[in-house]
Amino acid sequence: MQESPKYWKGIEELESSPEFVKTALSEFGEFLPMKEAYGTSDATVAPRRDFLKLMGFGIAAATLASCEAPVRKAIPYLNKPEEVDPGIANFYASTYFNGTDYNSVLVKTREGRPIKLEGNPESPITRGGLSARAQASVLNLYDGGRLQHFAIKGQKAATDKVDQEIRTKLAGVTGRIAIVSNTIISPTTKKVIAEFAARYPNTQHVQYDANSSSALLRANGGVLPSYDFSKANVIVSLDADFLGTWLSPVEFAKQYVTNRKVSSTKKTMSRHFQFETALTLTGSNADVRVAAKPSEMGTIALELYNEIAGTGSTQNAKLKKAAAELKAARAAGLVVSGSNNVAVQTLVAAINQALGSAAVDLASPSMLRQGDDARMVQLVNDMNSGAVGAVIFYNANPAYDHPLADKVKTGIAKVPLSISLNDRLDETGSLCYYACPDHNYLESWNDYEPKRGYLSLAQPVISPLFATRQAQDSLLTWAGNPQSYYNYLKASWRGVLTGDFQKAWDAAVHDGVAMGTLSAAAPAPSAPAMSVQQAVSALSAAPKGSGVELALYEKVGIGTGSCEANNPWLQELPDPVSKATWGNYLAVPREMAVTNKWEQGDVVKITANGKSIELPVLIQPGQAKGTVSIAIGYGRESAGKVGDKVGANVYPMAMITANGIQYANTVTLEKTGSQSPIAQTQTHHTIMDRMVQVVQESTLAQYVKNPKEVTEYEKIATPDGLEAPNKVSLWDDYEYKNHHWGMAIDLNSCIGCGSCVIGCQVENNIAVVGKQEVINRREMHWMRIDRYYSSDHHKDEFETKGKLDTYAAMEDPSDNPSVIFQPMMCQHCNHAPCETVCPVLATTHSSEGLNQMTYNRCVGTRYCANNCPYKVRRFNWFSYTSNEKFENVNGHMFTDLGRMVLNPDVTVRARGVMEKCSFCVQRIQLGKLEAKKQKRRPKDGEVVTACAQSCPTEAIVFGDMRDPETRISKLLRREDGERAFHVLDTINVQPNVTYLTKIRNTEKSAFSVEENA
Amino acid sequence: MNSIRLRPLSHLFLALFLTFAAVGRSSAQTVGAAPAVSKEGVVPGATAAAAPAAAAGATTGDAAAIAAGDALFKGNCAQCHAINDVVVGPALAGIAKRRPISWLIPWIKNSSKVVASGDEYAVKLYNQYGKQQMPSFQLSDAEITSIISYVTAEEGKTAGPASTQGTGIKPADGAETPGVGAESTSSKYIDILLIVLVVVLIVMVVTLVIIANIMKDVLRGRKDLDGRDVEQLEQRFDFAKFYKSPVVRGLAVGIFALVVLYESVQGVMAIGLTQGYQPTQPIAFSHKLHAGEHQINCAYCHTSVYKSKSANIPSANICMNCHSQIKTESPEIKKIYRAIERKQPIQWVRIHNIPDLAYFNHSQHTQVGGIECQTCHGPIQNMEVVYQYSALTMGWCINCHRETPLNTKGNGYYNNLVKLHQTANGAAPFTVSSNGGTECSKCHY
Repeated sequence: MQESPKYWKGIEELESSPEFVKTALSEFGEFLPMKEAYGTSDATVAPRRDFLKLMGFGIAAATLASCEAPVRKAIPYLNKPEEVDPGIANFYASTYFNGTDYNSVLVKTREGRPIKLEGNPESPITRGGLSARAQASVLNLYDGGRLQHFAIKGQKAATDKVDQEIRTKLAGVTGRIAIVSNTIISPTTKKVIAEFAARYPNTQHVQYDANSSSALLRANGGVLPSYDFSKANVIVSLDADFLGTWLSPVEFAKQYVTNRKVSSTKKTMSRHFQFETALTLTGSNADVRVAAKPSEMGTIALELYNEIAGTGSTQNAKLKKAAAELKAARAAGLVVSGSNNVAVQTLVAAINQALGSAAVDLASPSMLRQGDDARMVQLVNDMNSGAVGAVIFYNANPAYDHPLADKVKTGIAKVPLSISLNDRLDETGSLCYYACPDHNYLESWNDYEPKRGYLSLAQPVISPLFATRQAQDSLLTWAGNPQSYYNYLKASWRGVLTGDFQKAWDAAVHDGVAMGTLSAAAPAPSAPAMSVQQAVSALSAAPKGSGVELALYEKVGIGTGSCEANNPWLQELPDPVSKATWGNYLAVPREMAVTNKWEQGDVVKITANGKSIELPVLIQPGQAKGTVSIAIGYGRESAGKVGDKVGANVYPMAMITANGIQYANTVTLEKTGSQSPIAQTQTHHTIMDRMVQVVQESTLAQYVKNPKEVTEYEKIATPDGLEAPNKVSLWDDYEYKNHHWGMAIDLNSCIGCGSCVIGCQVENNIAVVGKQEVINRREMHWMRIDRYYSSDHHKDEFETKGKLDTYAAMEDPSDNPSVIFQPMMCQHCNHAPCETVCPVLATTHSSEGLNQMTYNRCVGTRYCANNCPYKVRRFNWFSYTSNEKFENVNGHMFTDLGRMVLNPDVTVRARGVMEKCSFCVQRIQLGKLEAKKQKRRPKDGEVVTACAQSCPTEAIVFGDMRDPETRISKLLRREDGERAFHVLDTINVQPNVTYLTKIRNTEKSAFSVEENA
Repeated sequence: MNSIRLRPLSHLFLALFLTFAAVGRSSAQTVGAAPAVSKEGVVPGATAAAAPAAAAGATTGDAAAIAAGDALFKGNCAQCHAINDVVVGPALAGIAKRRPISWLIPWIKNSSKVVASGDEYAVKLYNQYGKQQMPSFQLSDAEITSIISYVTAEEGKTAGPASTQGTGIKPADGAETPGVGAESTSSKYIDILLIVLVVVLIVMVVTLVIIANIMKDVLRGRKDLDGRDVEQLEQRFDFAKFYKSPVVRGLAVGIFALVVLYESVQGVMAIGLTQGYQPTQPIAFSHKLHAGEHQINCAYCHTSVYKSKSANIPSANICMNCHSQIKTESPEIKKIYRAIERKQPIQWVRIHNIPDLAYFNHSQHTQVGGIECQTCHGPIQNMEVVYQYSALTMGWCINCHRETPLNTKGNGYYNNLVKLHQTANGAAPFTVSSNGGTECSKCHY
């Protein structure tokens, strides 16, 4: 039997706070949107005369406008490129790398405009997966905040003039020349830098990472191991958010999930222990999660090492268990750590070595982090001491994202020649004398080597939009090499491609990836920075943490806050766990909030390193006791309209130690008395307390015992006995002759990363609404990922504790809840409640099983949204494309530049109409048409929705349920009666979306007392 | 008496109604027939589809070979050659007599090679046509032979009518002439009928008035009439009374109101409709000349009509395929040269505007549905200046989707659907709408 835990979506729901109760009962936050919470005067006073005047004018204008249709132009090419046909999308392989996250992508272009990114299935690394950040990066191309020309002291200047001045100054520079960049994984770019250094011999290239992994590098002798989570059956992670942000999340998620998928023929799963401070995406997916303070991570690493070495005597039961399982797994065990402490990383490396872990590969190391904290700190000091004569910033913004930002700022002022190659006048760029903006990556040629032996190419998919120049071309020009970077790149690849070069090059450009290496020969593995003994003694001697500990973490959407900060899609992407958008916050454990009498949204002053910031409090279940967490990447000053002044910058609170940058500190907290609401999407979509039927989960043990018992199917009492709900119906069933589109979502594979949410938003031209509207619960995402926390108590305790006490206990928040993610979009019900209430038939059922939404018929009664049990319909309260209030957040729909990103096949919805997931009907129609043109039936996999397409873990399967040979039909046949269930099955709306029960690899239950005490 | 007088009137109205109905139908038929007229003009991929039936090396009068040659000719040669006229290259009539087939095959395959070899005729031809090279064609010998068979067959056909018309322009199409003729004869017939009817009507009215007057006179002559009869006889029509009658006034106001209402409803419904929209284009391009007289395949210029959502407006380089040589002095063509020199694309005025909320895909209709261009765009081959032929309203779309049978023939996509439809509905036609073609999200998303 399945246990029936009580799920709750947030503290407010658990506590049944008055606001929650008030809002939970109504579908819409406020009855009428006329009076804005953030105040405008026009709506509050609308005198009758103004109304009449406006009406008169309106009628006159409408009459005049209808007299003559506007003349529209059709402007063809002068010389049409052979492969471009208006109306047909072209796909080009390219590569996304923003300094942290590598993805091989396919760029979808229409009429020469990139409009969407999809994963490149040819890539052996990301294998068709794509992160949310990469999905959203297409908007960065059309970002109006980019610098559109070369500049001297912020003023527009001619490229030639800038070049001439820079070359003269470089020739006469005294002191060192420093090129500062994030990690560069492009071998040819490094070659360009080397050529520059050859021309100016006193050049030094300093790489640093905003979220540094230099300890991991140093502990492994200067190389970053590459990991293969598919080879690991027991995974222990010490604060490494490898599914969300750590090193290469898409690659890791793909690998991780291969051992997490179960079926009646494969009843095995990997086991995942997570020790962490904040509740991260990875921790949410772990089988066993232990909340620990940052200062305890060293001890945990040490104890784990001792246990593995056989000398352990830890009191921590879960750690003991983890160690025992690792030992049993031997080569199939893997320990990873996100710590930037060399001692911890040394021990982690030692543990993996002791296990002989097959999942760690040092032979083809990862290149994704090369930053060296010590060198960067040294450079900052040198800049201030005047030893640096020239500094060039390439894709680096240390004036914002380095803990020593203040010193960086003073340092730049002291350097005689400062050049920024950044794409905008950001915090660093605006301080530099010269700005020579780089192309966006979609306008550039480049190559990448994310892992030794794995090459990847980027090709331009659009002519440069602005008068910018690729950074490599700038460096080549200044180095006196007249060659274009494209030719340089091709020449550099001559060595690696075999056979006919042109042919091989064309193939590489076509595929976007190639095998081979362009990096310098691997240096003889240098000795690790620390021996194991040294690490052990360093950790034993480490002082115990005191006071409130602050942990800094990276968010899945915003990352380190570089180019993502000015991307409204990412700002509005809800954090997978807290579901907060637009800004960071102080995540505190419940206990701390209660002791200090803090309520959610209370602004608290946080002081560390002599600096203070103010942020609102968010009560975060699962946050380690005595700790608080803040996300980096916010509080930008000159990112652009969208990203400026969102949240607060917490980089200055990181600690610089001899060990590298530590993303933790001891802080003092002080209530300010003011309030600042946090824009969360989490409690906005209640399911009216009908929780049992919403999301289901079970344990592997039960699944192994009997797969038919892991899912609970509710029955309805009828005169003939208990029946499945779909046997009792008032309605006639539809007959699907042609197609019957359906979707299956495996809750076991879904890690909650949010890639699908962004994929959907890009594909379907979904508006961004901004912080205030999210607070008003009017976000427009067609797809959301519901996150349910669970607590330990359940109805089994009725007999022992009594009903009242049990219910009371259910309301007690768990300090370390289990988390379950559930993607939720229109369920395309066969007996859809929305269809029957629409007075104008704007929402109807199609002969292919789709619940169609016809915008031009909708009059905006919102009956459908009120009648939808899944709360997936979204109403256009405003004209998000023209109302000035949304110009900052949804600006890309206001300008011709930004509108280039819109999908021309999908209508931009007007104010006053309802919208919702359409199952990407434009893709269905296209797939069918292509099949018809070729006079055949569509093949399985040809028609996929944007969410299914972008899912890195293939949790979402879409297809034709009428064709018995499709993946979805086979899956549903296999899982019928086992894991397949419909959400809210008892109300018998017969959704076309089926979910598969989540299985956790815990001995007993995820919620049992032993596991989560 | 009254009833007797009315009966012929009602017959008259019935006759009139039937005549108008017949006229209406006959004109509708001519519209419907128009697409078939130029069917060959829009056959997609003529090159690939045509299978040459003739054996290589010998021209035949074989119908299959001629048909294959027809398609190949229109797909490959018609841009530069006509049978009886010099277009870019020479007129092809009599080609089989002028040159042997053994010369023609290498010439068509690679003319520059023949010229380079110093062939006297070839060099002469080359110089005569402004030293312009004929592009080489990757056609098989059999295909070339079938083209020449077609040319030979055509020259015999066209000689007669061309001379009778005396214009030197090849008639647009053989099938069209009877169509036009039928239309004109039927309309002439209607005119005569109408005139006759009007005359009859006038004669009848005059006769009636005369009879009434005669009868009045006769009655006045009689003395035995009492006062009431006299009153009746001398009664005059009182217009004032008629004018002041509330019934008449009410009727007049009512009719006026109805007319105003009808007109305003019509006016409102027509807002945004641009049927018949015929803007002046920046270049006076004539579809009549290109598609009609020269029979250039629609897809030659509108390259993506069979594969894409949009039937693109041709880019200037397509114009240049021919107009780098033909009519280079024309002021209209010079506009194209100017556009290319200045790198400023030509800004055509868009005629067919479908609102953004509706999705329309050309390839779905042309390639899959097999619909002719003319079905929606009208007799484009006769348009000097293009205008919007169809209403392009939703009702117009839906109506067609309801009435048009699906083009399922030979399309594997529909095989099973056709079977299912037949078992469920028997002989009822399998229309677009019976396959879900009138559902909202087929066009709105």
